[in-house]
Amino acid sequence: MKPPAFEYVVADSVEAAVAALVAASGEAKILAGGQSLVPMLNFRLLRPAILVDINRIPGLIFIEERETDIRIGALTRHHQLETSPVIAKSLPALGAAMAHVAHLAIRNRGTIGGSLSHGDPAAELPMLALLLDATLTIAAPSGTRTVAAKNFFLGALSVDLGADELVTDVAFSKLPAGTGWGFEEVARRHGDFALAAVATTLTVSDGRISEARIAMTGVDETPKRAGDAEAMLVGQALDPRLLERAIGAVRGAVTPNTDLHASADYRRHLVGVLAGRALAAAWQRGGGT
Amino acid sequence: MSTHAIRVTVNGTVYERTVEPRLLLADFLRNTLGLTGTHVGCEHGVCGACTVLVDGDSVRACLLFAVQLDGSKVETVEGLGTPARLNPLQEAFREHHALQCGFCTPGMLMTATDLLRKYPLASDDEIRAGLSGNLCRCTGYEHIVNAVRAARDAR
Ligand SMILES: Cc1cc2nc3c(=O)[nH]c(=O)nc-3n(C[C@H](O)[C@H](O)[C@H](O)COP(=O)(O)OP(=O)(O)OC[C@H]3O[C@@H](n4cnc5c(N)ncnc54)[C@H](O)[C@@H]3O)c2cc1C
Ligand code: FES
Ligand code: FES
Repeated sequence: MKPPAFEYVVADSVEAAVAALVAASGEAKILAGGQSLVPMLNFRLLRPAILVDINRIPGLIFIEERETDIRIGALTRHHQLETSPVIAKSLPALGAAMAHVAHLAIRNRGTIGGSLSHGDPAAELPMLALLLDATLTIAAPSGTRTVAAKNFFLGALSVDLGADELVTDVAFSKLPAGTGWGFEEVARRHGDFALAAVATTLTVSDGRISEARIAMTGVDETPKRAGDAEAMLVGQALDPRLLERAIGAVRGAVTPNTDLHASADYRRHLVGVLAGRALAAAWQRGGGT
Repeated sequence: MSTHAIRVTVNGTVYERTVEPRLLLADFLRNTLGLTGTHVGCEHGVCGACTVLVDGDSVRACLLFAVQLDGSKVETVEGLGTPARLNPLQEAFREHHALQCGFCTPGMLMTATDLLRKYPLASDDEIRAGLSGNLCRCTGYEHIVNAVRAARDAR
């Protein structure tokens, strides 16, 4: 279908974008990559009066390595993350996930700010934000605020973002030395949204796990961490029995949906299988034996 | 609704037009400029039929508004070659029977153009993953993969 009519405003700065959102009193939407918004407009699921195009705001595309984290500008495109040597080196799980985000033509346009703000329950980047304790910086009419990824995703397509706020960048914490990672996804076709995906990191010191993180997507209203499974791994060496227990805890942590692509039971089974593979890979990469 | 004047270069020709904001790039190309080589299937980014290049990168023309492209360079299937002088990728499609009805072909060609620039495409798996966002209702995928593999070897 064709989108409904709207007014089009080009913002040339973050301040101008926020001012345009405020002036529209809730009737405006930000247009970033458009790869989620425009399908919704074409389906007429949304009828915003105004689109505020942020693509021409300078300074929102960057990947900056800092001492403890990597800061990424909101307009950075998926394909830039996919091919960045900084990401490949310092956030390898994120780098590996990017090839699974849609298709090249969509990765050429889609942005990290858009993916996080859209909050699709099967998207990869929200899961990675949760895995890597990301912090979002948000420009609001009253100034700037920051929010941790774990408080940002509220429900399916629902995030902690006001109608007059704009995500400007997101910082992902770097991993401690001796940390291995794993990423596993199953989708119906390469590039489709995940039926389930898991990203994990294990920090290994003296043959034992000192920190464990497990994040999942596609299996609940929001991306999730498997807190119980993480806790039972800490202080242990990964052996097959422990892995089986962790897989059980991962399955217990999710409430998947049934849709035409897969049943809830299948998704719950799958997320366990993927967690098992991802944890084994992380253990090996972290130097565990 | 207000309209906006834009200046867009398509296949080397500069066009100045006044557009409504909601006009999709795909409809701008087909209906405003009469360049009907770009096809429209799903209008939500899934089928790949509308794929064109904007400033050198493949994009879905059904997920961009013409008004966004003021100052941009667009390349469509009409810019690749002519019936008398096909470009090497088009020639590979012809040689390997990579089209039946031809509906998906412009999107396949523009997608493959970008894939060949950006990826090694070292294996058939990689070629298939790259083409996975383009649907062929005639299901002639084997031949399309063969054509892209041949174009890769000739690259
Ligand atoms: C066929 C297809 C397959 C896809 N497959 C996948 C997939 O497998 N995995 C996946 O993760 N994604 C997938 N996507 C979605 C894609 O990743 C989108 O790029 C992403 O979800 C949204 O980013 P965007 O920049 O395009 O945002 P837009 O579509 O421009 O915006 C999305 C929403 O976020 C808001 N917004 C955008 N930027 C900001 C900002 N800086 N601050 C505040 N609000 C903002 C918009 O107002 C809008 O509500 C797919 C899309 C398509 C069309
Ligand atoms: S018409 Fe654009 S992807 Fe189908
Ligand atoms: S050749 Fe008919 S759709 Fe592909």
